[in-house]
Amino acid sequence: MMRILFVILGTILVENFVLTKFLGICPYLGVSKKMDSALGMSGAVVFVMTIASAVTWVVNEYVLSPYGLGYLQTIAFILVIASVVQFVELLLKRFIKPLYNSLGIYLPLITTNCAVLGVALLNIQNSSSFGMSVLYGFSAGLSFTFALILFSGIREKLETSNVSKSFKGLPIALVTAAFMALSFMGFQGMFTF
Amino acid sequence: MFQSILSAVAAISVIGLVFGIVLSIASKVFAVKTDPKITEVRSALPGANCGACGFPGCDQYAESIAKKESIITLCPVGGQQVIDDLAVIMCVDVEQTERHVARVLCRGTNDKTKKEYDYIGIPTCQAINSMYKGDSSCNFGCLGLGDCVVACEYNAIKIEDGIAWIIEENCVGCMKCVEACPKNIIVMVPDKGRVTVSCMNTELGKKVITACKVGCIACKKCEKICRYDAIHVINGKAIVDYEKCTNCGECIDVCPTKSINRYLLNI
Repeated sequence: MMRILFVILGTILVENFVLTKFLGICPYLGVSKKMDSALGMSGAVVFVMTIASAVTWVVNEYVLSPYGLGYLQTIAFILVIASVVQFVELLLKRFIKPLYNSLGIYLPLITTNCAVLGVALLNIQNSSSFGMSVLYGFSAGLSFTFALILFSGIREKLETSNVSKSFKGLPIALVTAAFMALSFMGFQGMFTF
Repeated sequence: MFQSILSAVAAISVIGLVFGIVLSIASKVFAVKTDPKITEVRSALPGANCGACGFPGCDQYAESIAKKESIITLCPVGGQQVIDDLAVIMCVDVEQTERHVARVLCRGTNDKTKKEYDYIGIPTCQAINSMYKGDSSCNFGCLGLGDCVVACEYNAIKIEDGIAWIIEENCVGCMKCVEACPKNIIVMVPDKGRVTVSCMNTELGKKVITACKVGCIACKKCEKICRYDAIHVINGKAIVDYEKCTNCGECIDVCPTKSINRYLLNI
């Protein structure tokens, strides 16, 4: 139980996917302008990361490693993640229409999100068990959510604040992101997991 | 060497093939039956996804049309051609579809209202509205800083004498200004409705008059004179019912504060 908590907290604070590992920067800057879209995107990412880490673990364990094809991980995982996302989208559209409507356009957007691929590859690198992989995928999604929601909250405030002309828009957002990454460095070495 | 190339290609192909088959079966099994009309309407729309109709994109507007929830004339990009196409698909006459235009429910120009304080700050309605509901003596009226003008993509709004005016020839009814206004005083009305109560103030008569000389004091004179039962005082302000209004203008003459106005096309 403690271990589960440590993995979740550690992934969110100490090794935040966006702010420490610098994965998934593109959606981090792209969809953080409004809190609504940030929430939609985060929901989709948590969802996909959890499922993707489960499926990629199975593919690696039963298809790639028995035949010594470990070097195909990257390309195989991209293929798997893209198909899984498509499949999940079909399922959602059919059975859980409200969830499909709220995740909407964000689902296909994250098929090629590097954070999702990163989770899958890190799981193999750490040679985690199936349960741990799924947990790690889930908490990686949470860490993305955490960073994205914090950032979009700040950006919404930035919209109405008096920023000098040359810094307006993306420049000040990048500066903010840098400061957030810097402050997350403070968690470094707080505990190991 | 050749063996490893072959096994790599084979492995990826097999994974791809398996997922491809699963996906194609899934898309058949889990296919959601969509109304064929939605597809038809969608293909008639321009597909610019500009959002001028008030929906996030063409898909949502198409769905709304197919369900007969919205009128077919909201797309300003496609113009008359698209409207004609849609009319054929939806089996409605173009003449029957109504054009809706935006209308600012405030005539409290600078000489009719007073300023309660001097505002120095971010020049948007949103910002000034957060300071004691704006600097105007009327808490319901137009703030005149032009959030709607910024939102309008068709040059259909101008600010004059401290309030916003709709230039109706340019208005396409996209409702962008309705969303932009922090006071919620811009409403959509049918194009044929020419008589409008230009006030949103719901307070009591005396308070209204001290705040603005042309405010609606809810005296109900218009309600009594109307022969068509088309104007009613609801929640402290008069509202025209455009289903019944014939633009006869009797309420305009009887209104003691001149808060009912006839809106001509070129104001």
